Amino acid sequence: MSRSRRLKLQVFRVIVFLVFGAFFLVPIGAMFEFSTRGNTDTAPRTLSAWQTIFQTPDLVAAILASLALAVITSAGMLVLLVPTMIWVRLRLPRLNRVVEFLCLLPLTIPAIVLVAGLAPEYRWLSINVSESILTLAFVYLVLVLPYTYRTLHAGLAAIDVKTLSEAARSLGAGWATVMGRIIVPNMWSALLNAALLSVAVVLGEFTIANLLNYVNLQVAIALLGRANAGVSIAVAVASLMFAFILLVILSFFGRPRARVAQLEADTTLSWGQKT
Amino acid sequence: MPTAVAAAGVGTAARAGVEVRLENLRRRYGGVTALDGLNLTMAPGELVALLGPSGCGKTTALRLVAGLEQADSGRVVVAGEDVTGQPTNKRDVGMVFQAYSLFPHMTAWQNVAFGLQMRKVDTARRRKRAGEMLELVGLSGFANRFAHQLSGGQQQRVALARALAIEPKVLLLDEPLSALDAKVRARLRDEIRRVQLEVGITTLFVTHDQEEALAIADRVGVMHSGRLEQLGPPTTIYSRPATPFVAEFVGLTNRLAGVVRGGEVEVRGARLPLVQPDAADGPAIALVRPEAVTFASDGETAAGPLVGTVIATAFLGATSRVTVDLGDITILAQLPTSDAATHPAGTRVRLALRPDPVLIARDEAKAERA
Repeated sequence: MSRSRRLKLQVFRVIVFLVFGAFFLVPIGAMFEFSTRGNTDTAPRTLSAWQTIFQTPDLVAAILASLALAVITSAGMLVLLVPTMIWVRLRLPRLNRVVEFLCLLPLTIPAIVLVAGLAPEYRWLSINVSESILTLAFVYLVLVLPYTYRTLHAGLAAIDVKTLSEAARSLGAGWATVMGRIIVPNMWSALLNAALLSVAVVLGEFTIANLLNYVNLQVAIALLGRANAGVSIAVAVASLMFAFILLVILSFFGRPRARVAQLEADTTLSWGQKT
Repeated sequence: MPTAVAAAGVGTAARAGVEVRLENLRRRYGGVTALDGLNLTMAPGELVALLGPSGCGKTTALRLVAGLEQADSGRVVVAGEDVTGQPTNKRDVGMVFQAYSLFPHMTAWQNVAFGLQMRKVDTARRRKRAGEMLELVGLSGFANRFAHQLSGGQQQRVALARALAIEPKVLLLDEPLSALDAKVRARLRDEIRRVQLEVGITTLFVTHDQEEALAIADRVGVMHSGRLEQLGPPTTIYSRPATPFVAEFVGLTNRLAGVVRGGEVEVRGARLPLVQPDAADGPAIALVRPEAVTFASDGETAAGPLVGTVIATAFLGATSRVTVDLGDITILAQLPTSDAATHPAGTRVRLALRPDPVLIARDEAKAERA
């Protein structure tokens, strides 16, 4: 590649980066600006809306509930989907299409239809089992399936699951060991991505919680917005920042092993010769 | 290399080897019969190669021994014990796969030690044993490398060390060389044989490469349509094929139309003895090896059933393969390169057929006549 072409490519990259950066950051910046406005046009900037977040018990409860739902949904999704997908891939490949169809189905059903179907179940749940908002985890588990299925599917497709599991089995490993020690460690980034998508979906979910009369983070923000727009916008910015920080943390999570491996390659390849 | 055996510290049970019997194994996939009553007995410490084209059932047979597939009927008996119903992880078999199968998140050392960890061997012994196994395959300096830092040949050697580390009763090799380039393949083939002889483990080797099977095995089993067509030492398989399929699958064969008469077959004016002396008289196709075709000493090239023109010569080293056009058919002759060099392409030659016993194919003769 010529020097001028490389330079043009570099400039193009920077422009794309700046445009998309502005696309994401300008609205967030505007929201932050709005949340720090004083009561009048001439009033100085204030963080009172942000401080109010922690002084509003209902809001704190909603944040904690949403975080708990995010954790439960992510964990439940991984426990349900990972062994199922590995098992189907290894032992029941003819069911692959069926599982894919079932997992993608929620994407095609509008939330209002989902709620109409689920309302009687939740009525029964609230009377006979629990009224806790955490029961929303059941429906959220269904809701995140389309996103997490695709991610996990890509992670599994990247490794030779059949050969690795057969090799481990021939060495004396049981199925639990095959999954826990051979397959899962080789699809870490897919698991993390799936978990992140679950967290993002749960933290951003409004319709189902609202229609089923539960107050999660988004419902609390909406309710608060009617009384105090500044606080609701501050919470919205905070939740966006939380998701962003989580994304950054998770994206760095899978890197150390690759870096160590590369480091070892750099040191050993200097004297070792491949055959 | 007996010192390597001592260094490896391979257990006596593994070194002595055990008998492995496959008894009347049958396996169908839907409407397709993969194995149709396979019987095979492997002597302790023997290396048997199952050879055959794709879909002949050789890999299915190996997977049944490993427990990765379940037989519809029949038994797998290892060291006198019926293991047919046992799951793979209880069978005590070591396996090397066609695809690279090292666990990518583990180093070579961790890969080799994995099976020992499954057997709850303590850390010190595990470390020692894994080191010995890597030394046995000549990779002790590569213990801390991950799979992606090893070449294909090195990965398969680590896989071999990993399979042997657990001191299995049987070693199963499922086309372990097919993903490698020719040079590495030949070297690793010899390496596998050396290690197998040192350890003395009973080994089933599956391949579709006849050269590989003939070079490495104590006995070769040629499979066709789920059945064992012939089982015997490599020399017998090559020089005394039991069936037309074996004759044509192993090595090159000229198919020459002839007539069986009085325990001999008459082919283009030459009378050749038969492998099947009790064959009934009548038309047949004689399967003649290129090595049995020579240049006639009198050099008369005016006319005759074995007179033709050299159309191509392939240099193979000490020998060359000469293709001769006889007018109605072409025939292959494998000759010393010095002889072949005196008859370049375009030369008229007269061929002779060495009176080695030949196999005949009956059904195909009928088909050709029809």
